[in-house]
Amino acid sequence: MTTFHTYDAVIVGAGGAGLRAAIEAADHVRTAVISKLYPTRSHTGTAQGGVCAALGNVEEDYPEWHAFDTVKGGDYLVDQPEALLMCEEAVDAIYELEHWGLPFNRTPDGKIDQRRFGGHTRNHGEAPVKRACYAADRTGHMILQTLYQQCVKRNVRFFNEFYVLDQLFSDDGRCAGVVAYELATGELHVFRAKAVLYATGGSGRMFKVTSNAHTLTGDGQAILYRRGIPMQDMEFFQFHPTGVYKMGILLSEAVRGEGGILLNAEGERFMERYAPTVKDLAPRDMVSRAIYQEIKEGRGAGPNKDAVWLDVRHLPREVIEEKLPDVTEFARIYLGVEPTRELVPIQPTAHYAMGGIPTDADGRVVVGPEATPVPGLYAAGECACVSVHGANRLGTNSLLDIVVFGRRGGRHLAGFCRDADLPPLPERPEGFVRDLLDAMLARERGANAADLRTELQDSMFDLAFVVRTEEGLRKMREILGGLRERYAEVAVQDKGSRYNTDLMEAVELGFLLDNAEPLVEAALARTESRGAHWRDDFPQRDDVNWLKHSLAYKQPDGSVRLEYKPVRLGIYEPAERKY
Amino acid sequence: MATDVGDVLETSDRRRAGASGKVTLTLRIRRYNPELRGEESWWDEFTIQADPNDRLLDALHEVKWHHDGTLALRRSCAHGICGSDAVMVNGRNRLACKVLVRDIAPKATVEPIRGLPVLKDLIVDMEPFFEGYRSVLPYLINDEGEPDRERLQSPEERQRYDDTTKCILCACCTTSCPIFWGDEGYVGPAAIVQAHRFIFDSRDRGARERLQILADKTGVFRCRTTFNCTDACPRGIEVTKAIQEVKREILLDRF
Ligand SMILES: Cc1cc2nc3c(=O)[nH]c(=O)nc-3n(C[C@H](O)[C@H](O)[C@H](O)COP(=O)(O)OP(=O)(O)OC[C@H]3O[C@@H](n4cnc5c(N)ncnc54)[C@H](O)[C@@H]3O)c2cc1C
Ligand code: SF4
Ligand code: SF4
Ligand code: FES
Repeated sequence: MTTFHTYDAVIVGAGGAGLRAAIEAADHVRTAVISKLYPTRSHTGTAQGGVCAALGNVEEDYPEWHAFDTVKGGDYLVDQPEALLMCEEAVDAIYELEHWGLPFNRTPDGKIDQRRFGGHTRNHGEAPVKRACYAADRTGHMILQTLYQQCVKRNVRFFNEFYVLDQLFSDDGRCAGVVAYELATGELHVFRAKAVLYATGGSGRMFKVTSNAHTLTGDGQAILYRRGIPMQDMEFFQFHPTGVYKMGILLSEAVRGEGGILLNAEGERFMERYAPTVKDLAPRDMVSRAIYQEIKEGRGAGPNKDAVWLDVRHLPREVIEEKLPDVTEFARIYLGVEPTRELVPIQPTAHYAMGGIPTDADGRVVVGPEATPVPGLYAAGECACVSVHGANRLGTNSLLDIVVFGRRGGRHLAGFCRDADLPPLPERPEGFVRDLLDAMLARERGANAADLRTELQDSMFDLAFVVRTEEGLRKMREILGGLRERYAEVAVQDKGSRYNTDLMEAVELGFLLDNAEPLVEAALARTESRGAHWRDDFPQRDDVNWLKHSLAYKQPDGSVRLEYKPVRLGIYEPAERKY
Repeated sequence: MATDVGDVLETSDRRRAGASGKVTLTLRIRRYNPELRGEESWWDEFTIQADPNDRLLDALHEVKWHHDGTLALRRSCAHGICGSDAVMVNGRNRLACKVLVRDIAPKATVEPIRGLPVLKDLIVDMEPFFEGYRSVLPYLINDEGEPDRERLQSPEERQRYDDTTKCILCACCTTSCPIFWGDEGYVGPAAIVQAHRFIFDSRDRGARERLQILADKTGVFRCRTTFNCTDACPRGIEVTKAIQEVKREILLDRF
């Protein structure tokens, strides 16, 4: 059975980006928020360290300094006008969160307190600056709670534990709605709408070691990719240097912001060699690579010599307990390590997708080298690529991204809905989803989705992680080909219609494959090293040939076609990145 | 510094080395799936090999992914922040992702949390829980007009409600409360924790309204101070203390 709904606007995802957009839209147009998780379960809630804005509460600071750091941190692949816009709107966006009750930590005179974070500097790189606003080490939790509270206050309509699985277009190419699967009943729902905003978050689950939730499977990106919308800059995936050894759970950069340092097996503070000025607070791609280098040269720590140490033993106890309570607890629970006395073993962990659905500064999805908007289609947050993070996102810039562009996207979408009419639905709108699910349910024997997923995660971790080569990526391409064939034969054990998470996990694996393929193809094509994309066989940045965004399109035969579009420069001249 | 590091390395190595072998874990899981077996719940046992440092959540995944795909549970973050996977482990409410195999092997019992309708296996209907949450006006109330910058709040004022801001709405507390089990009207500890978070926030002006709601027959005075909720909270929130503070506030105001 299929149920039909009609709204002006549909927002897919209830993390920070989706909720912020919902607050903006729901007051003005009939809005439904569809989320596969209860809103407060979204991964925004796990963000720890902070959200930055040049408030200048603790040290002199200006949005323009922030914009410079963002552009430089992104290894000049950042669209500069958009970055500047984000940094300017940051200040107001933070005050707004405070007005809605976000419990920021405070300075002695009652203002929002700020702390250091990697890559954020005063006056274009002179020295680290205190720019990150924070609520202990649960800033994301507080943002998610605060935004959800505002939605409760506004009586926003939620469809929780509904999985959006397909995007609908009218025959003339306008956004017409989405198809969703209701987890509780197994029923399909068609949501007819004038506009849809995707805010489905990241895709870290394609890697074995990740800070991302089990549910971060790149759904929105894949749904649109299947419908001909490109994925932008997929080769740029951030590997955060300090994940809990083997588990990938994040230990926030705030640990280093508060004075924690990295040591190799010999007890040497190795970052002094790689980034003499900012040392342990260098951008993440640099620190992750430095860790790799240390491990490669035999200075890795731990029994397998494949970790390094995070050291906070010298920090005052109250800093550890009051400013980093959660992180400290992770080390205690999951590693059995007492960080006040012992070193914490860490390794890089897949953390953040810089790439995603291409959008402009109003959240409109744009396609092609000319960035042409698709009427009614929007995206915001980690699933989107504006691009303000370029080749490497700075810490605290993503929580900022979700509130600034969630707000801008929601606002533009509301305006669009006021003027637009409802496009007609295509015939049998739920057909694609129905056929996909029926085939999986009907197959009595076939590949086990969990096994395929493990293979995908293991091989992406080996071949498409911090350090890449042509040989490795070619191998990865082959492995993906094999996985794709076996995925066509996936069977699920649960044939029921009630809370069939077995079925949804199999569907999510399909989304992961649709994220991994463009990532690998774009990485293979990009014969340079920039930001998070490091090619051992092409260790230089090459602005002459590669100062451009990649766009990956899915071809009818499933293969990937690449296209490029220029980076929006104009404020800062690309320069070598030194710290 | 180098010798220092060496010592630590040795202890960490030992811990890791001692933990490298797999252990046998038998999970006794309470099942419920009306599509398969009607309205009766039943027990299933699965025996798996697991790393002692794995989470119970990993062990449940091992069951789901390699033994019985129909096993249903909620989870997302896998490190105790999203509040999805509250279950009863050996009779106590825990987050499956915050329990390590080494602490429960060789055998553990896993059941859905109590007091909310079970929908399938470990999945319960959370709607009554969220209804309680919504009933306490869980958002900042202040109509005094917003300053151009932030509202000021001293570190001491901020500290006053710090503990209750940690709540992840996992329901471990509410579903371990004997009064909640017995009496459908009681809003339960989690909703009071959420109310506390605003009542003691110096920026909020809605305390009176919330206290009125909580002074009602479904409110705080149902609580018999048994501390189950505090023991159950995976975020270490002093739930009972928060409830006491709300009670005191109501009494002082003489509602
Ligand atoms: C551990 C960790 C710590 C971090 N710390 C920081 C930090 O300190 N500072 C910072 O700036 N950034 C940080 N980040 C990054 C930042 O938190 C995320 O990039 C950001 O929160 C993403 O928000 P979002 O709204 O885009 O997505 P999410 O919060 O992940 O939300 C995604 C939403 O989409 C929904 N969804 C997904 N697929 C579907 C579907 N098919 N159908 C329906 N709904 C769907 C989900 O239910 C969910 O509601 C951190 C990230 C991690 C993992
Ligand atoms: S202290 Fe009160 S709320 Fe907590 S479990 Fe006991 S009766 Fe319930
Ligand atoms: S108070 Fe603790 S146990 Fe209760 S819902 Fe909040 S986090 Fe969970
Ligand atoms: S899975 Fe998020 S709290 Fe356990």
